[in-house]
This record gives sequence, structure tokens and C-alpha cells, in this order.
Amino acid sequence: MTVAGRWYEPRGLPRHALDSGQWPLVAFAGLLIIWSVAQTAVSGVHDVHAALAFGALIAFGELLRLNLPGDREAAPIATAGAMAYALVLRIGDDPARPTAAQVIAVTALAMIVGALPHLAVGRPARLTMMSARLLAVACVAATFRPLANAGLIGGRWWSELPIMLGLIIVAWFLESVVTALIRTDALRTRFGVALGDELRIQFAIAAATGASALLIAFAAEVMGLAAVAVFAAPLLVTQVALRRYAGIRATYLQTVRALARVTEIGGYVETGHSARVSRLAVAIGRELGMPEAALLELEYAALMHDIGQLSLRDPVPGGATVLVAREEQRRIAEYGAEVIQQARVLDSVADIVRRQSDPCRPIDRAQPPPLSSRIIRAANAYDDLVGSSADPARAAEAVARLRLDTAAEYDPSVVDALSRLVIPAA
Amino acid sequence: MDKLSRIAWLYIGAVIAAAVIVLAKGPYAGLNWSQIAVLGLLLVACESSATLLNARGLAWSANTMASLAAVVLCGPVGAVLVSCGTLLGIRRGPSVVQRLFNTGMYALSAYLAGRAFIAFGGHVGTPGQSSFPGLIGPFAAAAVVHVAVNFMLLHGVFWLTKDPGGASARVGLDSKLWLTDLGYGAFGVLIAALWSVLGPFTPVLVLIPVFVARWAVAQFAAQQRAYEATVSALCQAVETKDFYTRGHSERVSRGAVMIASEIGMRPERVGAIRYAGMLHDVGKLGVPTSVLQKRGSLTDDEYAAVQLHPMRGLDIVREIGFLDEALAGIMHHHERIDGRGYPMGLAGDEIPEFARVLGVADAFDAMTSDRSYRGARPIPEAIAELRKWAGKQFDPAFVDAFVTAIQRDGWTAPEPVPAEEPLRTIESL
Repeated sequence: MTVAGRWYEPRGLPRHALDSGQWPLVAFAGLLIIWSVAQTAVSGVHDVHAALAFGALIAFGELLRLNLPGDREAAPIATAGAMAYALVLRIGDDPARPTAAQVIAVTALAMIVGALPHLAVGRPARLTMMSARLLAVACVAATFRPLANAGLIGGRWWSELPIMLGLIIVAWFLESVVTALIRTDALRTRFGVALGDELRIQFAIAAATGASALLIAFAAEVMGLAAVAVFAAPLLVTQVALRRYAGIRATYLQTVRALARVTEIGGYVETGHSARVSRLAVAIGRELGMPEAALLELEYAALMHDIGQLSLRDPVPGGATVLVAREEQRRIAEYGAEVIQQARVLDSVADIVRRQSDPCRPIDRAQPPPLSSRIIRAANAYDDLVGSSADPARAAEAVARLRLDTAAEYDPSVVDALSRLVIPAA
Repeated sequence: MDKLSRIAWLYIGAVIAAAVIVLAKGPYAGLNWSQIAVLGLLLVACESSATLLNARGLAWSANTMASLAAVVLCGPVGAVLVSCGTLLGIRRGPSVVQRLFNTGMYALSAYLAGRAFIAFGGHVGTPGQSSFPGLIGPFAAAAVVHVAVNFMLLHGVFWLTKDPGGASARVGLDSKLWLTDLGYGAFGVLIAALWSVLGPFTPVLVLIPVFVARWAVAQFAAQQRAYEATVSALCQAVETKDFYTRGHSERVSRGAVMIASEIGMRPERVGAIRYAGMLHDVGKLGVPTSVLQKRGSLTDDEYAAVQLHPMRGLDIVREIGFLDEALAGIMHHHERIDGRGYPMGLAGDEIPEFARVLGVADAFDAMTSDRSYRGARPIPEAIAELRKWAGKQFDPAFVDAFVTAIQRDGWTAPEPVPAEEPLRTIESL
């Protein structure tokens, strides 16, 4: 590896290249599609109208898929439509009896149709995410359809509902596990942490999606196939709100990233310093198993960690705060925290910035600084020493220098994580 | 509603009395009480999660959903009973009078909606398979009547209790709110339709997507506030470098919004110009402090450094995706109508609209605040100066709009800069 320091860089999941761990998933999904389509072709399509109606809803939902914070994807309407198709018992007066294979085939084909317009405008399809969604639907269909088609499920809502609800929850959990596995692989995070983040972040959407799936499935009994369109409406409202939320989250991060560069334009720090420190800090945080919410705060704090230098009339030479006396560092940090505190909503970020120059073992037995501050301290010092250089020898030298100071200044576990990231394993 | 006039008291009393009369008249025969109880609970849940829309206590909740479902399932009187759940909403804020008025208002809306439903040929009761699509027409009529009555009564009370001269009386006419209410009202027909299959569990399933949507809207609003506060804090940080310009971006932003609203820009664009105003001088950071605070005239080199600041600002904010039009404003806010500005020397209509608006607001604030080389000028003098240079430096239309807005709403000039307040330097740390 020639560019030793750069392989912690990917901020999100790779969009084109599939990592080794993702191949089995996509291959399995591909086999599932081939099997289900072949099976359906042999046995013939049961109730073409229903297949088309649900297929249209799924394709529409896939077209409207959402990008969520943390580089995630969701297609609530498509998932609700597919789950409803897997769970529907009666459409109007007629019993609905699609086979599991047919449900999977319709879902897969509709998802592909819905993804085509995205491809046409140059947004690549994310096969792993689509596979994970298909897998969740397949899990419900493969369990529920054989039972329902054999007439084992039926009667009143209070006997049907618990089974459906249980299956939906299991499917949601399965999808979260699969997604967490993908993220563990791609982001070098820990599985337990990734699963926790996944369940937390997807909970609200999963609840809305699951409830809508049940609504559609039951309403088909009263309203026939019209229910498919009518009951997708509540979810559309939800989706619009979620999209706006995801949009402002993205804008927020973008803006902080951009405005953090004012210190570079003003000549206070070297170009690219805040961006590099924040990338490295987030990578270290992930390595140490921090959950996503904490990582976001860490990223904000790392981006703005030098904002306090704006209070200086003249920039510190070279912007390298590591070369400035402790007392000065502390005042810069204090001023930066004051600035961030004015925003009133980022108090914990301000606290991280305030404590960034404190040694990890305070002499006066004060509270040690929070982990995020210790991470930023190490990442900042490393970047001040190495800069934008990609020389592995220089990286090793910088890590060695930080190690010398682990007794009091830098947190040893943070420096360990840093060295794992910047020095390739022998 | 601190001090109510006699007319307002009469109005509120009349609404409550009408609701009581409707309630007393009945008939109560043949009502399904357990259904009413479940829908009443749904309404209490909706009312308890109301969102406050403005400081005067206008709040919005999804009550329409429950009372319209009751219109179909239980008829007008049942719907009135369900609406009485408004009284029990668990939320802080409304006083007893407000609660009583709200309840009376919802009861009347529900009753009239129920009457409209029957008048348009709707059958009260749990709909079955044969009810669709025949139910849709009467239901739509009921929904429109419900929303219209609700807003007329609400508008009435806001009109009667408005502060003299306040702009808040317009609030009841917000058409978006009408549409949102109609949209949520449509959930009522879904609840009614599913009742025959899912019984009392229906509201639970319908509520989940609704609550998730409300949660997302609340999150959005919180993020938006956080975003504004953060941008403003960072802008203030940039201004610390030149203490003469403290608060400048905030005021230019306010001035630009005044102009933009005066000439009737769309709300999204007004929002964008607000950010453009805040961020317009970010590039000043690239100009050495000694130049910014110099007393006396600048050398050619120093002037060149100052002229570079719009481009530097653009460098910083270019990566903020949503700011497209604002970017042009930031880059060109020092252009002049006669083409003698910088950085590009654009003239007339070549200058983006945002830049021309920012130019006026920027110059006005610069004139009315202290600078290192001169003191602040009084507002009338600054206005005269704007008028004098309209057509040369400024766009006359925007100068007119600004002057009109200032004369109507006033302008808060900054406090004079007290005394020399040196910046921290490495040595002084």
C-alpha cells in the first residue's frame, strides 16, 4: 500500500465496488430471484391483477427510495407493499393465494423496474441494500405463504394479527442484522455497535412501514385492490417528512464542513487540516466502538476544533497548535467552545472542543477529558506532525512520538487505534 | 388571550353554547358507545400531541382524523361526543377558556360535517365491501365542511382578539394548514373502512405512520433551528476578527430579508437570501486584520487583498449544496449597477438579483455603523446616500423597497463601538 494513511478515508459505503463480505449476500439474492421467477413461470401466476397492483406499488416505492443519515437507504413504500403482498389473506371476497415464490419474484422484478429510472439518471443501484430488503420480504413470504395457502391461518383479526406482527418484527431484525454486517465490513466498525445503531435509526421507519403493510393487507379485504393505493397514502406523508429531515441533516453537516474551512482561508491552519483531522478522528472513534450519534458529535467537534484560533490577531505559525504552549492551547480551545456554545444546540460538541487540549491524565486530579476530546487531541497532534504527507516512514515516526507521551498527554488506547489505522499491518 | 373584549367573550360564549345545545338535543338512541369511546381515545391521543404553531397559542393537531371517522361510523351526534375528547387533551398550554372554546369549535365542526355527510347521501354505520366507492363523495363533503367550519371559527376568534397592528391576524388564513388538515382528515375514511375487519385495533395501526410522520416533522424543525443557530454562531466567530463589523452579517441578513419580502420574493428564496446575508462576508477572513482595521487609505496591494474577499467567501461556501442562488449573491455583492464594482465588473441586470439586494443592505449597514476610519451616520443621512447612489451603485428598485420597509418597520442601528478593544494576539495570551 503506497498511500499508507489514506485507507481510513471512505466516509460511507463503497458504491460501486463490492467488498468481499457483500458478495455472498448479492449472490444469494440473485439465486433467489432466479429460483422464484423459474418457479412462478412453471406453476403459473396466481391472480395477475393483484400481482400487477402490488408490483406497481413496490416499483413506485423503490423509485421514491430515501437516503437516510449515515449513508443509509430505505424504501418504506416498497417494503410496505411487498410485506402486504406477502401477508394478504383475502382480496375482496376472494382468498389471496400467491405462492411464496410468486411474492419474491414480483417484489424482485418490481424493485428492479423501480431502480431503472435511478440508473438512467446516473445514480447507481446499491445492490447490497436492495438485496437486504429483498431478503426481509423473502423471509416473511417463505414463512407465511405456505401456512396461509394451506388454510392454517385465518378467522378473525385477533388470531391473524399477532402472527403477522411477529413475522414483520423478525424480518426487520433480520434486515438490520444483514445491514449491520455489511457496515461492519465496510466501515471497520464493531458488529454490536453497528447493529445497535441500525436498530435505533431504522426503528421509526420500520414501525411506520410495518403498520402500513398490515393496513394494506387488511384493507384489501374491504376495499379490494384499491386499498393498495389508498393505504400507501399515509406512508407517503411519512416519507415526505423523513426526506426533509434527512435533507436538513445532510445540509447541516455539509455546512459545518464548509464553514470549518474559514480557519484555512484565514491562514490559521494548513489547507485540509480540519477535514483530515475529522476523518481520522471519526475513524479512530469507530475503531474504539463509538456509536453513530457520538461519532457525529465527534465529527462536528473535530471539524470545528480550531475555530478558537479566529480570536488570534495573527495565525500561529503553520497553524500547528501542537507547537504552542499549553496555556495558549487551552485558551484557543476555550474560545472555540464559547463560539460553538452560542449555537445553543451543540453543547456537548462545545464541551469536547473545550477539553481537547487537556492531557488525558490531569495532574490536578480533575475529571479526565471525554473520549472524543482525547481522540481529537491525538488526531490533531498526528496531523500537525504529518500534514498531508503520505509517507509511511513519517507516519510511523509521528505515532512513535505520540507514544512517548502516552503516560500523561495522549490516551494509549487512542494512540493504539491511530497506529492501527495509519500504519499498515506488517 | 390575556384581556378579551366583550365581543370576543360573546363570540366564545356563543360557540360553546351552540355546542352544548347540539349535545343536549341528541338523539342518543342507537349509538355504539364502545366505538365512541375508542375514537374518543384516538382524539385525545391526537390532541395531546398537538404542535404549537406560533407564539399566540395557535396549535395544530390531527383531531380531524378521529372526528371524521366518527362522522362515518357513529353519525353527527356520535362525532360531537368524540370531539368532546378535546377537553381532555393532555398538553400544557391552553387555559380553561381556550380548552372550552376548542372543544366547542370541534364539536360544532364535527356536527355540521356529520350533517353534510348525511345530506350528500352517506350512510352512517360501519362500511362494508359494498360501501365503496359510494362513500367517498359524502365523506369528501364532510371533510371540507369540517375543515371550513373549524377554520372560520378559529379565524373569528383570532380576528376578535388580535393585537392592534399585529400581523398575526393573518395566521388563520394559511392555506397550507387547510390542506394539511384535509390530508389528515382523509385518514378518517381509512379508519372507518377498516373497522369491519380490524375493529378497535384500527386506530392503533393508523396512528403509527401518522406519529412517525409527526416525529419526523418535529425532528426536521429541530434540525432547522439548530442549523440556523450554528450558521449564525460561526458567522459571529468570523466577525470577531474585525470588531467594527460585529453583528454586521446578522444585520445585512435582516436588511436583505426586508428587501426580499418587500418585493414579494417567494419564501424559499427569502430563506436563501437570509443565509446569503449571513455568509456574505465570510471571505473577509482571508484579508489580513491589519488591512481591515487600517485607519487611512489603503495601498494598491491592500486594496487588491480586500477586493479578493468575495471570491474567498465563495471558496468556503461553494460546497454547501443548497445555496446555489445565494452563492451568486455572495460572489457579486460588491458589483455596482454602473459596472465599476468588483470582482467581475458586471453591470445592470448582469448582476444576480441576490447580489443587488445584498449590495443595498450591506452598504446601508456599513454607513449606519462605526468603522475604524469614521463614525456611524444617522439613518436619514444613510437613506439619502442610498437614494443619491441609486442607479450608479445600487439598483433603484431595491433602494425604494428598502426605504419603504425601513420607514414602515424601522431599523435598529448597532450600538456605537465603545473604546479600543484590542484582539488577542499570541503575545497577549
